[in-house]
Amino acid sequence: MTNTAEAREVVLRLNGITKRFGSLTANDSVDVTLHRGEVIALLGENGAGKTTLMNILFGHYTADEGTVEVFGRTLAPGATGAALKAGVGMVHQHFTLAGNLTVLDNILLGTAPLWSLGRGRREAQARVRKLAADFGLAVHPGAKVGTLSVGERQRVEILKALYRDARVLILDEPTAVLTPQESDALFETLRKAVDQGLSVIFISHKLHEVMAISDRVLVLRHGKLVGETPTAETTPHALAELMVGAEIAQPVPSEAKPGATLLSLRSVFAHPPGHRTGLQGIDLDLRAGQILGLAGVSGNGQGALAELISGEAKPQSGEMRLGNKAAPPWSPRAALAAQIGRIPEDRHSTGSIADFSLTENAILESYKDTALSRAGWMRWSAAEAFAKQVISRYDVRCPGPEARIRLLSGGNMQKLILGRALESNPRIILANQPVRGLDIGAVTYVQKRLIAARDAGAAILLISEDLDEILGLADVIRVMSEGRLSPEFLRGSMTATELGRWMAGEGFDRAA
Amino acid sequence: MRLEPVAKPTVARALGFPVAALALSVVVASLLVLLAGANPFATLGLILKGAAGSQFAALETLNRATPLIFTGLAVAVAFRAKLWNIGAEAQLYMGALLTVVFGTSALGLPGPQPLILIGLAAMIGGALILLGPVILKTRFGVDEVVTTLLLNFIMLLFISLLLEGPLKDPMGMGWPKSPRLDPDARLPRIVDGLRLHWGFALALICAAVVWVIETRTTLGYEIRAVGQNPRAARFAGIPVNLVLLKTALLSGGLAALAGFSEVAGLKGSLTLDLSPGFGYTGIVVAMLALLHPLGVVVSAIFVAGVFVGADSMSRAAGVPTYIADILLATALLFMVLAILLTRFRIVRG
Repeated sequence: MTNTAEAREVVLRLNGITKRFGSLTANDSVDVTLHRGEVIALLGENGAGKTTLMNILFGHYTADEGTVEVFGRTLAPGATGAALKAGVGMVHQHFTLAGNLTVLDNILLGTAPLWSLGRGRREAQARVRKLAADFGLAVHPGAKVGTLSVGERQRVEILKALYRDARVLILDEPTAVLTPQESDALFETLRKAVDQGLSVIFISHKLHEVMAISDRVLVLRHGKLVGETPTAETTPHALAELMVGAEIAQPVPSEAKPGATLLSLRSVFAHPPGHRTGLQGIDLDLRAGQILGLAGVSGNGQGALAELISGEAKPQSGEMRLGNKAAPPWSPRAALAAQIGRIPEDRHSTGSIADFSLTENAILESYKDTALSRAGWMRWSAAEAFAKQVISRYDVRCPGPEARIRLLSGGNMQKLILGRALESNPRIILANQPVRGLDIGAVTYVQKRLIAARDAGAAILLISEDLDEILGLADVIRVMSEGRLSPEFLRGSMTATELGRWMAGEGFDRAA
Repeated sequence: MRLEPVAKPTVARALGFPVAALALSVVVASLLVLLAGANPFATLGLILKGAAGSQFAALETLNRATPLIFTGLAVAVAFRAKLWNIGAEAQLYMGALLTVVFGTSALGLPGPQPLILIGLAAMIGGALILLGPVILKTRFGVDEVVTTLLLNFIMLLFISLLLEGPLKDPMGMGWPKSPRLDPDARLPRIVDGLRLHWGFALALICAAVVWVIETRTTLGYEIRAVGQNPRAARFAGIPVNLVLLKTALLSGGLAALAGFSEVAGLKGSLTLDLSPGFGYTGIVVAMLALLHPLGVVVSAIFVAGVFVGADSMSRAAGVPTYIADILLATALLFMVLAILLTRFRIVRG
């Protein structure tokens, strides 16, 4: 990729975009210029204003100040669809596909009137095949989207945009759900797109990907553009500092001192409803003072395992032991009684109740304790004192314990959930995607707390789709694929590429 | 046009929109009164006078409000847990039936029981008929809107069967009507000579009790948690199904007290027209009160006042009493809108 961007045609220009929500300035006179055949990366923490900026580009929000120009023409503010029509396509983090339709139908949906869908099918199919070949997007047009893997679905999303003659592709956190190999294939596609004159905006917070794919990096912080630099002239460390605005230190755990096995599973099968994949007879040991990192592409049974450990699901067969005793009849309450601290995958839908106050959320798991209620009567003053304690010990930034938790940022919400779990001195901790979507400051904080809990003797199961997180934190690593577990790999014994192979299902004993 | 959330609604915002909603519903009703050929101001004045213009009128309004407070509380408690109990009507009739069964010697049972036992029996009966729908909901995911709604008709037909059969008053000259309650089984009047019975006081006590349950007990906390986010509640170890069951028992019991209070306090016997839809109007009452138990008392009195006032206005001004239904329906619709507008503001673009 060349560095002569200045000489090339400008395809997209955001001029001095400012957007305020009440007292919050989500975008503060942001300028973005995108040239033909260029990949720019938009980097920033959660809440930095990336999403707001894209919503303004697509007309979902109207900017208070500033204009959007696509191929030299100014778009009418607040006109949804104008950017799409002008040739800007977006691939969202969460796909917008209909699972019960075929790939071709998904691509055609909304491009042609329904009654003519039948007629133009043959030409459409040929066009999709050509696009797929040109851009290296291997998918079968006749396949039902519901049967496709996450990586394939993303290809369909990209094909959808290309089919509509998108000349600018915007990808929002595209690699969050991909294996390293799938990510590489995506990058290959993006390079082909650029060679054909398309332009790409790549939204991410994964620094090494930004370094690998982009020509230029734009860093947003608190709604302001704080840095713009050719990728070749910067380093990941410099970018990270720009993002958070301060020197950062990745927590590095000391050597683990594993102790007794606190929880073990033997040949456990479980398939709780709502999960694509169940557990296919897994063995697992969680040891005191050790972080077991569970890597894997999402939807391969991690959800089922998390529900099993948290008490939401029961094992269908196999044995579950706590220490050297068989587990009691299993339920969330039994898990709490067994001193299992739980950080759920989705802090919004599972971990908290949006319209409850911080106090009410803080006591969700412990309101039956005699300190918080007696004979069915709540002791709200004690509850509030507990909430205040969590707030101060875990640095939860909030207006006060009586504020609704929905007003909090993701990081502060997660700190409250973490504090709620850790305050009960758990012996076993289930941390399911504990830092997903958090800004770097909160990530560091949560990870440090988990390491501290490990050093205090807790057995931790860390489930993450982020390999960097697993490689950085886990003392032992296992990979989950199609409901089965790989052997244990010791810290430092595996590279990301080797783990990626396991994530793709290689190495598992097919006969089992 | 889009909606943007308001971070902190001001007091003016929180009160202004609901008041405007009520005013707007009065305006709509006035237009219809004009269409009926009457003077809206005079008509509204007559409604007001009929509802609260005299001691008799005011007590009549409170009497009419009494069953609405019970059914309103029943709905408010259930809706708080997102348990859609549309069957307050059936539970009311179950309460009324058991009041007659234990308050007369009609079925050959030993004599009239003490009032408190009759009330308890009514509550238990009302609670039990919600048991089926809740078990079907928690076990098999059957929609309780359908089951509780259909139970209303089953219950009404069952009462009809009894009133034509074993419960028929031999002295009733052929009317489908139960025997009159024993005088000892009647709820006495609060003040001698005035037509307000202790059922109203009981309703106020129930409202206070429900309010205490919702704000001060673990059950109230559990009910709110289950209502707002059952997934998070289950994850946190709250026994969601058990909480739904308890909520249902409480809700059914409260609705049954409406039947108990109407029979023992006002009518003295059971007929098929005991309730002109108190169970359904309870939904309106609870929604207008935003499910707040103390608000239910206020909104029940408001709704009862509109009905009582419209009755007397209709006699004087010749405008049909349907105006009361329209007034309440538009008030409810505007109120739903007002609640939205207190939390969101409309922005162009």
